[in-house]
Amino acid sequence: MGDAQYAIELKGISKAFGPVQANRDINIAVPKGTIHGIIGENGAGKSTLMSILYGFYKADAGQIFVDGKLTPIPDSQSAIRAGIGMVFQHFKLVQNFTVLENVILGAEDGPMLSTSLTRARKALADLAREYELDVDPDALIEDLSVGHQQRVEILKALYRQADILILDEPTGVLTPDEADHLFRILKGLKDQGKTVILITHKLREIMEATDNVSVMRRGTMVATVKTADSSPESLAELMVGRKVLLEVAKEPANPGAVVLSVKDLRIKDDHGVERLKGVSFDIRAGEILGIAGVAGNGQSELLAALGGMMKASGKITMQGVDLPLSGKGADGQSRRAAGIAHVPEDRHHHGLILDFSAWENVALGYHNDPAYQKNALFMDNDALIADTEKKMARFDVRPPIASLPAKSFSGGNQQKIVVAREMERNPTLLLIGQPTRGVDIGAIEFIHKQIVALRDAGTAVLLVSVELDEIMSLSDRIAVMFDGQIMGLRDPATTNERELGLLMAGMNGEAA
Amino acid sequence: MDRIPRWADLALVPLVSLGLAALISALVILAIGQDPMEALNVMVTGAVGSAYGWGYTLYYTTSFIFTGLAVTIAFHAGLFNIGGEGQAQLGGLGVALACLFLPWPHWSLALIGASVAAAVFGAAWAAIPAYLQAKRGSHIVITTIMFNYIAASLMVFMLVDVLRPEGQMDPATANFPEATHLPTLNQIPGFNLIFTKDVPANVTFLIALAAAWVVWAILWRTRLGYQIRAFGKPGAAAHYAGINGFRITMIAMLLSGGLAGMMAINNVMGEAERLLQNSASGAGFIGIAVALMGRNHPVGVVLAAVLFGFLFQGGAELGLWTKIPIELRTVVQGLVILFTGALDYMVRMMLARVFALFRAPAEAKGAA
Repeated sequence: MGDAQYAIELKGISKAFGPVQANRDINIAVPKGTIHGIIGENGAGKSTLMSILYGFYKADAGQIFVDGKLTPIPDSQSAIRAGIGMVFQHFKLVQNFTVLENVILGAEDGPMLSTSLTRARKALADLAREYELDVDPDALIEDLSVGHQQRVEILKALYRQADILILDEPTGVLTPDEADHLFRILKGLKDQGKTVILITHKLREIMEATDNVSVMRRGTMVATVKTADSSPESLAELMVGRKVLLEVAKEPANPGAVVLSVKDLRIKDDHGVERLKGVSFDIRAGEILGIAGVAGNGQSELLAALGGMMKASGKITMQGVDLPLSGKGADGQSRRAAGIAHVPEDRHHHGLILDFSAWENVALGYHNDPAYQKNALFMDNDALIADTEKKMARFDVRPPIASLPAKSFSGGNQQKIVVAREMERNPTLLLIGQPTRGVDIGAIEFIHKQIVALRDAGTAVLLVSVELDEIMSLSDRIAVMFDGQIMGLRDPATTNERELGLLMAGMNGEAA
Repeated sequence: MDRIPRWADLALVPLVSLGLAALISALVILAIGQDPMEALNVMVTGAVGSAYGWGYTLYYTTSFIFTGLAVTIAFHAGLFNIGGEGQAQLGGLGVALACLFLPWPHWSLALIGASVAAAVFGAAWAAIPAYLQAKRGSHIVITTIMFNYIAASLMVFMLVDVLRPEGQMDPATANFPEATHLPTLNQIPGFNLIFTKDVPANVTFLIALAAAWVVWAILWRTRLGYQIRAFGKPGAAAHYAGINGFRITMIAMLLSGGLAGMMAINNVMGEAERLLQNSASGAGFIGIAVALMGRNHPVGVVLAAVLFGFLFQGGAELGLWTKIPIELRTVVQGLVILFTGALDYMVRMMLARVFALFRAPAEAKGAA
């Protein structure tokens, strides 16, 4: 390592995709041996900037200095050579390889694997000791928890002699405990003189973990400040460009009659593994029941079964009428007819057809609506487009162009299209999964307001989210799921993150 | 991430691909010691240089429109129907049975009856692979290919043992009665001003154009088409929306098989006027290339069908008037399919680079 002051310096970086200026004259200097946060709304250009730094995109203009030296980075090999390592939001690991095999993948020296493996095993042991990065080198990736998989990604970068580590939204899939552990690892890296760039949209993490923070908005770098001199409110304002309400303002709930009653709901997946192990609860009109839990503990299956997308056994009763859980009538059409709207967890896979235009997506699931038919034969596309434009205006979808394909909208606007489609039906019951995943702060505030407004109008809301903050601030009651079961129901007013975190990890003080 | 304008995507990419295919074809013709310019001249004059040539080109075009539409509608449901050949042969059986065994007072009624029979037989042949795909997950590509072979064997049996008139030497049905003969373009008022000589292109061409419109209307203007397209896109959004995958798979494949079957009214009823062995003569497979090149849009399918009609007719002319063997037609077709289908992406990327070169300076100005 040289003795320059900055590990990374970007000067005048610009990048355009067609008419979209993703980065505009970006200047940033990351001091050596610090943790540097980059925050910004979706589409602010954080990922583009990091992709330029990692050699995925070529900047239209600007210079990159690594360790004080002008370093062109035309591809990711050059980035690795320059000592830059990247941990992606979606891990790039071979599931049926061991940790060791994944670490040497692409960094094998020589034709025989054994030499690389021996070398890597020793290096891994050293790294584990140094940074609290202990992972069994012979475990298969598919057997590891998400937190451990992420450690493997970090190990991969360190094994390649990375001095600068970029992490893209690293805590999205972690429990609060795992996230804390990750930040301890990052602090350890920093203490050893490594530089960490942390991309996130969670202000709490920025405040907790970083030394400096740069804020991006609409492709430009609006400010770089010392974290100690800033506050969540001031950063949020910088990100959005206006004052933002971080807390959800809501009146106490006014619950009515039971709308949905779920009894002993069980689901087996294709391999015969039980994913839901007898879940029971009631939701009343005008209340929000939040389901907390680490991803993969049965919440997705619960939503899928209630939304008619997955066969299940047990009993669900909607306003006194039993709904079928398998066979005829257990499909999305019947559920919609029963007054259930469903904002699915995965808007790219389920909620939207990305190649379809916005107006075609507004018809998704409601293509049989008489308002969308011209006559017995043809659909009334004009009416559908007009309806879409109305919904886009009410939900402030940008750009408000109904004919634009869904894939051309930013994440937040895509989610607004889905939410608008489902909420504007005034459902009796709203199923909503990860309502703000990959959605920028401005849109989060808006979507949260809409959920509360719908609740106040008497809709029963089942909210599933892996964001504990979201569950805590929106729910009127919280159920925590672990391993296909509900570990307990809590009142958000009297519980805290610690208690919920323990429940999420499967530890129940009452019935261990 | 580099994109090219829509007009270039729709027009320039196929044209450049065609140019490349033509270039390689020219090299092949040079390699066998013939003159490529002369070959091109013969093909163009023979296929599109006269109304008479067009009369043949449009005859082939008609068949290709039907089989191209068949592939298109299945494609939008995410299904790759390779079985057009067999479905077209079965369509021919339907046409033959309708024409031979039902008394028709007039060709127009016979045309309606035979169309229905052709569509029903073609659809029935697609129904079994469709069911196997929808219920059992047997891959439609494999099953439809196998059904092509089964269809060929079935037709041999029907033509040799069942439908062949006693004493006839070749495996074919008897000639269809006079009342079922369709008017060719030179017999239709209006068209007869253009087509003065007897040509094989017949009234079915107009039905093919109508079918193209119907397919467009179904796909982009009806609930069924919406569900077909939603089902055919990657992801599970159709499942989320409660669209019944079994139903959509069946309907899309029945429509596809029906369209492939209807090709038989062009060649069996309109031209041969009896059912011969191997009646589809490869048009079912050409349909795949036509749909590919036509971007699975009915307008594109019609245009691509004209191109392949030209290649078919022009290729036949080559065999007649030059020393170039008629098999070269297959080579040229193969190259066209290779470049417009398989290497489409290569051409697109090349053009994207070219466009990026021109665009970069312009945008730098716009951004400032």
